[in-house]
Amino acid sequence: MLELKQISKVFYEGTPDERKALNGVDLTLKDGDFVTVIGSNGAGKSTLLNIIAGVLFPDFGSVSVNNKEVTFVPEYKRSKLIGRVFQDPMAGTAPNMTIEENLALALGRSNKRSLFRGVNAKRREEFQELLASIDIGLEDRLNTKVGLLSGGERQALSLLMATFTKPSILLLDEHTAALDPARAELITNITKDLVKKHQLTTLMVTHQMDQAINLGNRLFMMDSGQIIFEAQDKEKEKLTVDGLIEEFQKIRGKQFASDRTVLTS
Amino acid sequence: MVSALYGAFESGLIYAIMALGVYLSFRVLDFPDLTVDGSFVTGGAVTAIMIINGGDPFLATITGAIVGFLAGCVTGLLHTMGNINPLLSGILMMTALYSVNLRIMGQPNIPLLNQSTIFTEVRAWWQNLRMDEWLMKPFSALGIEGFAPRTFLVIISMILIVVMIKLITDWLLKTEAGLALRATGDNPRMVKSLSANTKMYIVFGLGISNGLVALSGALIAQFNGFSDVNLGIGMIIVGLASVIIGESLFGKKSIARATLAVILGAIVYRMIIALALRLDFVDASDMKLITAIIVILALVSPAWINKFKENRKRYSNRRKLMQHEKGAN
Ligand SMILES: Nc1ncnc2c1ncn2[C@@H]1O[C@H](COP(=O)(O)OP(=O)(O)OP(=O)(O)O)[C@@H](O)[C@H]1O
Ligand SMILES: [Mg+2]
Repeated sequence: MLELKQISKVFYEGTPDERKALNGVDLTLKDGDFVTVIGSNGAGKSTLLNIIAGVLFPDFGSVSVNNKEVTFVPEYKRSKLIGRVFQDPMAGTAPNMTIEENLALALGRSNKRSLFRGVNAKRREEFQELLASIDIGLEDRLNTKVGLLSGGERQALSLLMATFTKPSILLLDEHTAALDPARAELITNITKDLVKKHQLTTLMVTHQMDQAINLGNRLFMMDSGQIIFEAQDKEKEKLTVDGLIEEFQKIRGKQFASDRTVLTS
Repeated sequence: MVSALYGAFESGLIYAIMALGVYLSFRVLDFPDLTVDGSFVTGGAVTAIMIINGGDPFLATITGAIVGFLAGCVTGLLHTMGNINPLLSGILMMTALYSVNLRIMGQPNIPLLNQSTIFTEVRAWWQNLRMDEWLMKPFSALGIEGFAPRTFLVIISMILIVVMIKLITDWLLKTEAGLALRATGDNPRMVKSLSANTKMYIVFGLGISNGLVALSGALIAQFNGFSDVNLGIGMIIVGLASVIIGESLFGKKSIARATLAVILGAIVYRMIIALALRLDFVDASDMKLITAIIVILALVSPAWINKFKENRKRYSNRRKLMQHEKGAN
């Protein structure tokens, strides 16, 4: 369970460059919720995810995971509970280490890291099975350095690493944006499967409105540091891309200003 | 000539431990740590002062390594807690250690002649085993006694120690904690998101690195028979030279391969220096210049070689194309 209360974050406060990135955001995710988040560039989506993950601390407000307050708990401690996949395929894996070593690193998240071997025969077998489950041929390449993989393969591996220890929260920040359409769809499908398989409470930022509508059970629309619209279950199922854009214009009284969203809708 | 090369081989083995330390900071942690110039001497200084005060040489050596470990941790803390950039943290620590080393020794140079060092300790036991006689036999049989070292003591004991340290390092870097340490150098952002405290890994990693460097310094002091406060100047470049020579000659495909390469690199480096010193126009004081040139060549030449290969390929492709066109006409 994830609960945010009154989260505000201002960058460069008191200077001419002042940016209100988040402005009193409240949200509650029940266990198993899969929320998609849309919003124009600079709406504050990444900032929101960074505050949940502990990369940034809010100026005001509180963050709790599983009813424990973690607002100022540093990222490395909090990430026991939180899995992440970044937009940049380079960001989520260690390029000079092998696939199995990367997976072992991810495994170390849930318990204390020991002085026992990171990759042993038993784990290797588990990893192989795990990789086989996403079916892109990585299971035969356990000893390949991750730097040699394609962006899509790396993103799939990052997803696996973020999910297989069953974190309480999964954060995805435009994790398909850097991939070509076919790869993006593949990663989207893997995401869907993994979230379902592990029943993960998920927050996924995307710029593709159709994807936001099709995935998950809830949808948030953000603008200027606030959640300005949300839809759930039945209501969400009825949403259309045009309907969403209309909704945005109704609330904000301005054009939905993102060429990317228009292009992909 | 032969004895100079054996000397280079012996000291190369001892310096290999320092090179492994430099490999840990520069390559594994991706942290250009200049503490080495100071911590190398610290190891020798602590050991020397304990030995001349009648301390057990083994204990003195280990204490030297531990003090080096602590020095490395301080560099790590300067960087992680003080947010000082890596190069500067190392330089600050190196500078501070120069004074600390003088304080430890109380004088710029401590001779260890006629003191009991780990080499004299082992020698008694070694002579009882009559190992040298055995090891000399193949040389006598071939009638090349002139090519044998005076004693195999240092070579054999250092090979044992270096191999042991290499195996421990290899093992350490494969443990769960070791994987996190390597990932800290490879992709710190990712490791944090996988719940590893990168600060702790940097502090410990630099500690281990400088512990090895100081151990090497402690052994070198006993091997040379003195500890000198100026011995550490340029040591980081010697370490880098070993790492780079090793990696380019012997490869770095896996961890085990890379650590072996670094050890061999340290030995090759000492051999190069020993040979260079035999040239008439080269002076002992030119050693640092030679070292710097070796490192520069090792850094620059791969790019040159690649370019040369590419040019050759392009040229031959063009020639083929031209011949092909001629044939078509
Ligand atoms: N580290 C930072 N320092 C200063 N300003 C920042 C920082 N991070 C974000 N901002 C500012 O905060 C605002 C919100 O940025 P954020 O990255 O959260 O937007 P976003 O919704 O993720 O946009 P996009 O769709 O482009 O990724 C922007 O105006 C941005 O310039
Ligand atoms: Mg963003």
